[in-house]
Amino acid sequence: MSGIAPPPPAGPMPSKSWTVKVREKGVEALPPDRLLPDGQPTYVASWIYVFGVAGIASLIVIIASGSILALKGPAWWHFTGVGHFLNSIHLWSVELFFFVMVVHLWGKFWMAAWRGGRGRVWVTGAITFLVAIPAALTGYVSQQNFDAQWISTQAKDAMNSVGVGSFFNLTNFGQMYSFHILLLPIAVVALVVAHVLLVRRHGVVPPFELERRAEFAAAGAGAKGQR
Amino acid sequence: MYVLAAVFNLNHPAHTVDWSFVHLSVANVIIIGLMVIVFVLALLLPFPGAAARRAARDGGGS
Repeated sequence: MSGIAPPPPAGPMPSKSWTVKVREKGVEALPPDRLLPDGQPTYVASWIYVFGVAGIASLIVIIASGSILALKGPAWWHFTGVGHFLNSIHLWSVELFFFVMVVHLWGKFWMAAWRGGRGRVWVTGAITFLVAIPAALTGYVSQQNFDAQWISTQAKDAMNSVGVGSFFNLTNFGQMYSFHILLLPIAVVALVVAHVLLVRRHGVVPPFELERRAEFAAAGAGAKGQR
Repeated sequence: MYVLAAVFNLNHPAHTVDWSFVHLSVANVIIIGLMVIVFVLALLLPFPGAAARRAARDGGGS
């Protein structure tokens, strides 16, 4: 018996399974040539996008170094040379992540990156920045040293002052560590993936000048059509 | 690491910049300044190959 699937039976088509529907929706939203294009428009040759990619590269280093720290534990990152090194890599990759993300966000803000139906692209980028902040701050209180103890006892007052102290107890190491190494990283990675897929779907926002030219061209074509 | 600790003495309260209600550590002010400088450079410095791509596009008539 060959491994080739038999042809579908003749007659009325059965209702589509969820796998078929998901595949069709996925391919419709992001055809392969748009998901992995051959090239980008010339205006994408800009340093601003280098900072976006640098943010993703930093995030990969953060996840990789954080995974090793989680595997080895506090005694390793506090009391061994390699542990100190990985701890520093983790810290400085976070510093770099925020640095490049701020530059990328500033650039996209002044380029009004939400133009042309790209609102979700901008919003996922901005929310990624906002979610990354507690992801980093919970790292400060997960260090297992006096620094973490000091920060957590100071920051708990901020949580209590806005009435969320019973939900986010900064002196509860288990809760903060779970937020830091599981819940918030998942949220950040999911948002970054959504952001990149939305960029692929809608394309990079064109410069104002090109958009104006396209609008003039469309208006001109419309006027000709009415004659 | 200990050599760096000798170069940068951190055994003191943070130096701060105070202006009205604004209260920032000098370290943070330096980082913000660096971000502004890098942002301006990102806008002003030519991107490698960008001019050649534009010339190819315009020359191609598309």
